[in-house]
Amino acid sequence: MTAVGADTSVRRSVSRRAVLQGTGALIVTFTIFPVASSQETGGAKTSAGAPKLPGSLTNAPFLDAWIRIDADGSATAFTGKAELGQGIKTALLQVTAEELEVPLNHLTLITADTALTADEGYTAGSHSTQDSGTALRNAAAQAREILIGEAARRMNLPADQLKAANGTVIAPNGARLSYADLVSPTLLHVQAQPNSKLKDPDSFRIMNRSQPRVDIPGKVTGGSVYVQDMRLPGMLHARVVRPPSYGAQLATVDTGAVERMPGVVRIVRDGNFLAVVAEREYQAIKAMRSLAVATQWRERPALPKQADLAATLLSLPVEDFTIFEKPVSTSTAAATAVEATYTRPYLAHASVGPSCAIAQLQDGSLTVWTHTQGVYPDRQAIAAMLGLAPEKVHCIHVEGSGCYGHNGADDAAGDAALIASQVPGHPIRVQWMREQEFAWEPFGPAMITKAHASLDSSGRIADWDYGVWSNTHSTRPGPAGSLLAGQHMARAFPPPPPKPLPQPEGGGDRNAIPLYELPRAKVVHHFIPSMPIRVSALRSLGAHMNVFSIESFMDELALAAHSDPVAFRLEHLNDPRARAVVTTAADRFGWAARQKGGNGRGCGFGFARYKNLAAYCAIALELEVERETGRVRVQRIVAAVDTGQVVNPDGIRNQIEGGILQSISWTLYESVSFDETRILCVDWSTYPILRFDSVPNRVDVDLVDRPGQPFLGCGEASQGPASAALANAIADAIGKRLRELPLTAARIKAAVGI
Amino acid sequence: MSFASRFARITVGVIVTLAVVSALFFAFAWHSSIDPVEPPTASAFDHAVVLRGAQLAALGECVTCHTAADGRVFAGGRAIPTPFGTIYSTNITPDPLTGIGQWSLAAFERAMRAGVDRKGRDLYPAFPYDHFTLLRDEDVKSLYAYLMTRQPVRVPAHPNELDFPLNFRPLLAGWKLLFFRQGRYRQDRSHDETWNRGAYLAEGLAHCGACHTPRNLLGAEKKDQHFGGGESENWHAYAINSASQSPVPWEANTLQFYLRNGWHALHGVARGPMTPVVENMAGVPETDVQAMAAYVISLMGQPTPERVRHAEGLATRKVAPPVAAQPDNVGATLYTAACAVCHESGRPLPFGGIDLALSIGVSGEDPTNLLHVVLEGLPAAGEAPMPIMPGFAHTLSDPQLLALLTYLRSRFAAKPLWSDTETAIRHAQEAERRR
Amino acid sequence: MELKVNGRIHSVAAAPDTPLLYVLREDLQLNAAKYGCGLGQCGACTVMVDGEAVLSCVVPILLLQGKEIMTVEGLGSIDKPGPMQRAFIEEQAAQCGYCIPGMMMRAQALLQKNPQTSDAEIRRQLEQNLCRCGTHMRILRAVRRAAQLMQTPETAVDTGRST
Ligand code: FES
Ligand code: FES
Repeated sequence: MTAVGADTSVRRSVSRRAVLQGTGALIVTFTIFPVASSQETGGAKTSAGAPKLPGSLTNAPFLDAWIRIDADGSATAFTGKAELGQGIKTALLQVTAEELEVPLNHLTLITADTALTADEGYTAGSHSTQDSGTALRNAAAQAREILIGEAARRMNLPADQLKAANGTVIAPNGARLSYADLVSPTLLHVQAQPNSKLKDPDSFRIMNRSQPRVDIPGKVTGGSVYVQDMRLPGMLHARVVRPPSYGAQLATVDTGAVERMPGVVRIVRDGNFLAVVAEREYQAIKAMRSLAVATQWRERPALPKQADLAATLLSLPVEDFTIFEKPVSTSTAAATAVEATYTRPYLAHASVGPSCAIAQLQDGSLTVWTHTQGVYPDRQAIAAMLGLAPEKVHCIHVEGSGCYGHNGADDAAGDAALIASQVPGHPIRVQWMREQEFAWEPFGPAMITKAHASLDSSGRIADWDYGVWSNTHSTRPGPAGSLLAGQHMARAFPPPPPKPLPQPEGGGDRNAIPLYELPRAKVVHHFIPSMPIRVSALRSLGAHMNVFSIESFMDELALAAHSDPVAFRLEHLNDPRARAVVTTAADRFGWAARQKGGNGRGCGFGFARYKNLAAYCAIALELEVERETGRVRVQRIVAAVDTGQVVNPDGIRNQIEGGILQSISWTLYESVSFDETRILCVDWSTYPILRFDSVPNRVDVDLVDRPGQPFLGCGEASQGPASAALANAIADAIGKRLRELPLTAARIKAAVGI
Repeated sequence: MSFASRFARITVGVIVTLAVVSALFFAFAWHSSIDPVEPPTASAFDHAVVLRGAQLAALGECVTCHTAADGRVFAGGRAIPTPFGTIYSTNITPDPLTGIGQWSLAAFERAMRAGVDRKGRDLYPAFPYDHFTLLRDEDVKSLYAYLMTRQPVRVPAHPNELDFPLNFRPLLAGWKLLFFRQGRYRQDRSHDETWNRGAYLAEGLAHCGACHTPRNLLGAEKKDQHFGGGESENWHAYAINSASQSPVPWEANTLQFYLRNGWHALHGVARGPMTPVVENMAGVPETDVQAMAAYVISLMGQPTPERVRHAEGLATRKVAPPVAAQPDNVGATLYTAACAVCHESGRPLPFGGIDLALSIGVSGEDPTNLLHVVLEGLPAAGEAPMPIMPGFAHTLSDPQLLALLTYLRSRFAAKPLWSDTETAIRHAQEAERRR
Repeated sequence: MELKVNGRIHSVAAAPDTPLLYVLREDLQLNAAKYGCGLGQCGACTVMVDGEAVLSCVVPILLLQGKEIMTVEGLGSIDKPGPMQRAFIEEQAAQCGYCIPGMMMRAQALLQKNPQTSDAEIRRQLEQNLCRCGTHMRILRAVRRAAQLMQTPETAVDTGRST
């Protein structure tokens, strides 16, 4: 790859040593990083009294933690965020190159690595551009100004007469000094300032232009891109023999025959943790299968009945949090009351590539290559699990298959670390099997929502009550007990007590507060601490279900008010940017002129501002329902999105399209199945997802341009609106409202009747 | 329905018997047209009758034949290839122009009972009126009510692509004269109500014999080998009488479960043309499924003590863990490398692979279906949970396939190889290459 | 055992029952074919064998003696991408990209047999390949673009047989 390509091969070639020898004196800054937040939000904690720095600069306030310029003029940007297939590398390179005034292909990006980059928590919650992009943009702008200042000093000219371009500072008389000439070891080792001299959006040359993603050429030509592709000298292949169910206890294992199998190097047992290490990958698989047959487990039925899931969850003890309350104002008498209950099952991340990690213990230090979303929290968990000091553990992010939240990545890293600690010297590669990924990944939680509202005589919403019942939406590392290996080893670490994620971003209550203007409203988060099924963060957390519910309910209210769904929304929407995406989507779709719903053809609309503070997204779609079978065929979709200042327009479209299609899959087809003992969906035949035959004919994404506005994360913005638009279009097509996810053909057929 | 071979035979039959029937020909070949009616409105039908019609339509498999691969339900157009051309199913939605919207109940009833359309043309017996003729009046009425309340879809009939003389419809009268008798189902007083209900459904609307009974040279079911094993869309329809080769003998409750759910732990998962049959069966009242199972089991009779012993052996047998590759036995190595991963995974049906000792594909009287499954697999399709199996059409050579079949048959069925397996393999591979 | 991959004969030491996928990845150090399920259910491991799309995770190498195996690496290189690869780059048809090599190989097999294939046929063929990122719209566009590129003389040159 070219220099732009911050792909893994390039990335690995930038060793820690090279960095330390560079001009940035980076190591100094690391020791003084403030402790970063480990919340799902990935948000920064500001120490009291300090000036508020933009984005993640708060976590790492020295410029050279973000930007480094070598003596040869090559520039490197550092981010604590990871490429998850969302195209963040390209966007961050664009942001940095733009403000730093270097050509895009002269800039390298180093991503999440506990030895090299700032602690930016997790790559999650659509925060990367918002946090890291903002930090890099400001750091780059400040670095540019420092370089200009240095040039001014040397040229003896006022700084405001100089300008930077192409890695060079240029004087009015044409004299120029390259960044290579200007840079010195300590030049950028300065504290960031709260305010930067950011470029005027009109002068952008790199930002707000569709830039081909730097990672795609490697991905389509068989490059070494993923952690699965790494081959290290002396590497051995491990497979874990997982218990057949949660809480199963290893009764007996007869390892004799397996130990004698070809290529088998070691069987690792630690409590309920059982694994086999072999020289070659397929040998490890065969040994794993034989070892599984030679192992007896004691299981007990501890899971709820899938058929009564909603009732079971509602019967569990809750902690209630009133997250929004607006007492009655000038009350107009309510004319019509509407209420509804919606349910969602557990959903799987279901990455196409099962999780994988490599770990190597050498001289008491452990290196872990992992596709975790948070190298620092993962390091903390692994260190605690193995009783090592965190500095002895080095976590390096290498891409994996898309994760869409907390899947098996961290657990695979924990597995590799535990095995490597018992087979020192060798890099140990652990690849989860398909069945293990499904049975053991932490699922997106099942949820229940209840909405009640009344309309006044003019058909406007008079009051609004909404409750959401949910488990936590994050059981991510930090603690050792968050890793399966930590839970299963003899010195079993308990899973950490579940906590609700706080507002304003929230977890199960994410997007539970409508953006609509409501004269009286109350929103309660009924947090369910006990978790019968292992759960954690799934793309958009509670927003998928809350937006599905609220936006379905808005349509139910519009129906009761004899109002058009889009008009009804606009009547209750004041935020001009929200109104803009709603009208843009409606206009582009041709909402006003759409064919009236019925006879199996319908249109639906959905809108939300993700987390009520990130990107705005409105979606209109048209579909057909086959009456005899209940099968849904989505015809066309139009989305309008406002992400603030746009960095990579095509990158945003790619994310929004992907989110919509994934949401179609969640909403129409998916649910985790289980009996009273085991998870039953363990492969693609038992957990089907969207296939090509059901892909819409057309998806158009319109970006509402907001030059100069702050970046708004968009990676998860379309999940909720897409699900609601689907439900609303189905209701339009068949004249019946479905409130139970997934909206399967069988359920639709049952609603249609004969 | 084995339309292909059926039509081949019918053609021959028609030509051969042309002379015999010619004298009677005109008497049978002419039917009057029945006047068109205004399409009835949905409110013209009692909801309970429509509901009953839906269940009957499911039993009759109407949707399977009358829906094209990517077409609208009941709008016809499903292509049925025959050696002499292609026949297309018709639109049975109540669209007045292209469907049956203008058909009166009398016209519908005549089609069901006599195989004659509204305009008086003889219907090809791909439409199994030789079974439907047994229906009771009220069931015909219910079916009519159900179909007339479907969504009308305007899809013109796809013209059949048949060669002379088969495209000359009146010839069908000759076939009817020889092999088709109209008549209602008659209760058999020597059996109970359930049995009679089962017989009525299995012989009539569900037309099980259309596939499971072998046919004579002229394409008619051999009455003396009733349910003795037939053919359907190039799949073998196993014998479901006393000749059943099922490793574990069927029982009324296992058959009922299988018909209802499409699989049974001791018998495997319905495949090929049986798949839509069991899918439709989900919409049928349990008592009807139970009755059909009881009837079919009565025809199977008591299994021999030998079969019972064999079945007991299977139940108590311990499945060996995957064995290591045996380089000198290609069949065994193939099984271990490619099949055992799923078929010995211990994962339960219907999504895990079946223990092949229980598979009728391996133990049955004909290798056709086993070849289908090995070569085509069970390709993933759609978004409902379903078993998926990779196909090996592009990787197995004929000798490798023979080695695999030989190994499976001897290890899991303990039976000699089928006669002429090589030919079956050759045909199957050729069919695959044409796909 | 000898295997012919991307035009070159390799002799491999793996046991004959080893599925092709592991031999490609481990012995031949080819990254493109991916492990997704090992059960023949997802298509991530799709390669071409004698011009047909085949799931390499379930095909033991003993079946492949004398056959021509082609992987994404055989379609071109990062410096000289083949038409299928160019099409995926030009359409930006990847998110995480993990499913993409399998998609490309199935599409390649289809287009080699029928360069004028219909949209419906592309969907039908790709039905067996899963993408979790929801890149489907772009994948469909990329396959259509690849069909065009393959028919344009200057881009149709087979850049395979790299390595
Ligand atoms: S990995 Fe081969 S089909 Fe999934
Ligand atoms: S691009 Fe990620 S799975 Fe397809």
